Amino acid sequence: MPAACTDTCKFYQKPPMTMRYARMIHLLLILVLSGPAMAETYEHRLANGLRVIVKEDRRAPTAVHMVWYRVGSMDETSGSTGVAHVLEHMMFKGTPSVGPGEFNRRVAAAGGRDNAFTSRDYTAYFQQVPKERLPEMMQLEADRMRHLTLDENEFSQEIKVVMEERRLRTEDQPQALLFERMSAMAFQSHPYRVPIIGWMSDLESMTAADARDWYERWYAPNNAYVIVVGDVEHQAVFRLAEQHYGQLSARTLSARKPQIEPAQAGLRRLVVKAPAELPIVMMAYKVPVIRDLERDIDPYALEMLSAVLAGHEAARLSRNLVRQQRLAVDAAASYDSTSRGPGLFYLYGSPSEGKTRTEFEAGLRAELALVQRDGVAADELARAKAQLIAAQIYKLDSMFAQAMEIGQLESVGIAHAQHRRMIDKLQAVSAEQVQDVARKYFVDDVLTVAELDPQPLPRAPRARSPFVGRH
Amino acid sequence: MNPMRCLIGCVLLLAVQLAAAGPKIERWQTPSGARVLFVESHSLPILDVQVDFAAGTAREADGKAGSAALTHALLDLGVPGMDETQIASRLADLGAKLSGGVDMDRASVALRTLSMADKRGPALDLLRQILGQPLFPNDAFERERARTVAALKEALTRPDAIASKTFWAAIYGAHPYARQATPESVSALERSDVIDFHASNYNAQRATIAIVGDLSRAEAEALAADLSLAMPAGKPAEALAEPALPSGGERRIAHPAAQAHLLLGLPTIRRGDPEFFPLLVGNYSLGGGGFVSRLMKEVRDKRGLAYSVQSYFHPLGQLGPFQIGMQTKKEQADEALRVTREVLATFLSQGPSEAELLAAKQNLIGSFPLRLDSNRKILENVALIGFYDLPLDYLDRYQENIERVTVERVRAAFSRVLRPGQMVTVVVGGE
Repeated sequence: MPAACTDTCKFYQKPPMTMRYARMIHLLLILVLSGPAMAETYEHRLANGLRVIVKEDRRAPTAVHMVWYRVGSMDETSGSTGVAHVLEHMMFKGTPSVGPGEFNRRVAAAGGRDNAFTSRDYTAYFQQVPKERLPEMMQLEADRMRHLTLDENEFSQEIKVVMEERRLRTEDQPQALLFERMSAMAFQSHPYRVPIIGWMSDLESMTAADARDWYERWYAPNNAYVIVVGDVEHQAVFRLAEQHYGQLSARTLSARKPQIEPAQAGLRRLVVKAPAELPIVMMAYKVPVIRDLERDIDPYALEMLSAVLAGHEAARLSRNLVRQQRLAVDAAASYDSTSRGPGLFYLYGSPSEGKTRTEFEAGLRAELALVQRDGVAADELARAKAQLIAAQIYKLDSMFAQAMEIGQLESVGIAHAQHRRMIDKLQAVSAEQVQDVARKYFVDDVLTVAELDPQPLPRAPRARSPFVGRH
Repeated sequence: MNPMRCLIGCVLLLAVQLAAAGPKIERWQTPSGARVLFVESHSLPILDVQVDFAAGTAREADGKAGSAALTHALLDLGVPGMDETQIASRLADLGAKLSGGVDMDRASVALRTLSMADKRGPALDLLRQILGQPLFPNDAFERERARTVAALKEALTRPDAIASKTFWAAIYGAHPYARQATPESVSALERSDVIDFHASNYNAQRATIAIVGDLSRAEAEALAADLSLAMPAGKPAEALAEPALPSGGERRIAHPAAQAHLLLGLPTIRRGDPEFFPLLVGNYSLGGGGFVSRLMKEVRDKRGLAYSVQSYFHPLGQLGPFQIGMQTKKEQADEALRVTREVLATFLSQGPSEAELLAAKQNLIGSFPLRLDSNRKILENVALIGFYDLPLDYLDRYQENIERVTVERVRAAFSRVLRPGQMVTVVVGGE
C-alpha cells in the first residue's frame, strides 16, 4: 500500500472512469434506506468553520475517518506544480508532538489502515479503524491540520520519493503519459492543464518553503470538512470533533482566481511516441458539468449517454466496435458531471491488430453520429438506469465508498443532502435529451484528439529464455 | 507516546479484541460433490455467490498455456438460447454483475445480485447456464484469442510484466506454476482446447461454492444444489507435485524505462501450513506492514530510492512464492538491491525485535474487524477457506494464532523457508 494518491492515479493514469454513475439512487434504494439500522447522515458545524458529517452504519464494529481539504492541483501556479501532492506526502512527516513516521505507526498500532489522495479539486486523508480507536485518529488529524513541522531533511528525502512516483506512474506508463499531454493541450489556460503529480522540472526545483507556503495558505479548519462513516453515534462524534478540532482557529483564506478557459474554436490533435505495442486513441470533447443542480439538464443527459455507450459489456462501444466489427481490442467512454473545473467527455481505446488509429477514430465518430442521427433506444436508457440503482445499493456494502461519495460531492460544492435531487434528475433524463446533448457537444470545434504512436523496444527482451543459475 | 503506557494499554487491548470471532460459516456438500460455504446476512438486500474451480493455469495441458484464462473469458459469451449481447444486457437489466479471475490454482466466477426474488432468480439462472452450458461460439473464440494475444504483446513491452514473467519462470522451473501464456502459445490454441479444458476442469467435484448475503439456509441449499446439478459431477482434481526449489541466481534484462523493476524471492509455503502465522507476523516487520516496515524505512524513508517497496508470502495449493518487489530510477538499481539484501540478511539472522513483534501483533490483531466489515470481504475469506479446505474456525482462531507467535518462531520459520542461496533476483531496466 504505497502512500498517496488513489485519486491522483485515477485522474492521471486514465480519464475518470464510469464509477460516478454509482451516485444515483432510486425509489428502491429509498425503501432500503428507511429500514431499521440503516445509514443515517448528520451534520454539525464547529465555530471555527469546520464541518463534520457523520453517517451511521452499524453493520460492523469499524469506522472510516476522513479529512478533506478544499484544495487540489487546480489551485497551483506555474513553477510549483505538484506542490499539493508533495504536501500530502509531507503530512506524514511529523509535528512537534508526533515525530516523522509516527503517524503511520500509531494508526498501525490501532489496527488501522491509512492513506491519502490528491486530486485536481481536493486533498483528502483517511483512516479505517476499529470504532473504539476513532478518538485517537481525530487527535492525530487535528494535530497535523495546524502543526506540521515540514523539516528540510525530511523534505529532501520525500521529494525523491515523489519523483520516483512520477517515473512509476506517468513516465513509464504510455496511457498515463498520453492523458497528461492531452490535458495540457485540451486546456490552455485553466489549471486542469497541469498534471496532479506536477511536471518533473517543478519537482526538481521545489523546496520545503514551497510546501510550507502551501500549507500555511490552505490548511485550516474553515477550508476542510471531516467525514465519519461507521458504527458510531453522531452526537458522540460531534463531541469528539469539538474536543479535538474545536481548538484550532479559523484563518483567512487566499482568494481563488477563476482562470476561465477560453472557448475552443477548432480541432486540436497531438501524437505521443512511447515504447508500447498497442496504439491508443483518446478523444475529449468540452462539455458542461453541474453548476446549478436544479436547473441543469445537460450534465445529467451526458451521464446517461456515457452509460449507454460504455456502462456494461454489451453497451454500444463494446458491442459494436469490439465485438461486432472487431475494430478495437478495447473501447470505452467516460464523463464526470461533478468537478470544480471544466468538463470533458472522453472516448478512448486501442485498435485491433491490423487496424489503424485513423480507422478506430472513425469508428468512435461513427458511434457518436449514430446517436446524433437516431438517438438511443428506450430499453438502452432503462438498462442504464437499472444499473445505476443497483450500483448505489452495492455501495452500501462499503463504508469507504459511502464516505467517498459524500466527500466528492462536497468537494465541488454540492451538499450531500442534495444527493437525492441529483438522482431524481438523472432518473428523469429522456431519450430526446440524450440525443440533444450528442448533437450539441460532439462537434470538432471543441474536440481534442490524442494518439499514442507505439515504438518498439530498442532490443526485444528475451523474457522467456532459460534462467541462468538454475540446475 | 510513552512506551510503557503503550505496552500496558496494548496488552489490555489485545485481550479485549481476542474475543472477536469471525462470521458464522455453515458448510455442507451437494449430492454431486461440490463443497458449499454459507454466511447468512440480511442487513443489505444483496446476494453474493462465488464459485471456485480447481481450474487454474497449473491445470493446463502441456503446450496449451493460456487455455485456462481463455476458457474463463469465454464462459459468458454464449449459452443455449442467448448470445453474448443478450447475456450482458440481461445482467445489466437486472443490475447484476459478474466478475472473476484465474490464478495458478483457481478459476473464479462471482455473481453479485440484488436479493429480491425477481432479480436474483433470473440472475442465478444465468449463472447456472454460464457455468454448465457455455457454448464457446467460434466467432467469440477467435476474437477473444486475438484480444488476448494483443494484450500479451502489450504486456511484453512493460518492465513490470517482463519482470513478473521472468520471476515466475525462474522460481518454478519445470513445475506447472511456471506455465505462462505467450502470444505464440495463445495463437496456437483451438476452440477444441477450450472445450476440452472446460470439460475436464469445470465440474462439481472441483467446485467450491461460497454464498454470502440475504438468503435463508434452505434457499442457499437449493441454490447450491441447482448450481452443482447444472455441471457434470466429474472427478476431483489431482494433487500437484511439490516444486523443486531454485538454486538462486540473478537475471538482468535491459529496458528503456526510467525505472528498473526489481523482484527477489522463491517458492515457500502451502496454504494451510501452520508456519503461515509466524511468517505473516515476521513479514509485517520486514516488508508487509506498509509504511512501518524495515524495507519501507530503509529504501523509501531514509534514502528516497523508491515510491513503493514491499514483501509478501502468497501461499497456494502447492508452495507459493515469497516476493520482495520495488521500482527505482535505473541508475540506482544496484544501490536499492544492496540495501534490500542487507535488510533481509539482518532480519534473517536476528528476526524482529520484541518491539517490532508487538507492533506487528497490534496491527494484525487489531485490524481483524477491518478484514470482515463488508459482505464482499467476508465472501473473499469464505471462498478462500472453502477452496483450500481450511478449518471452519480459521477466522475465529486467527487472532489467537497471531498472538501465539514469538520472535523465536519467526526466526525459525524464516530460516526454514528463506534460504538466501535459493533466492532468485530479477532486474528489468537499464542497459
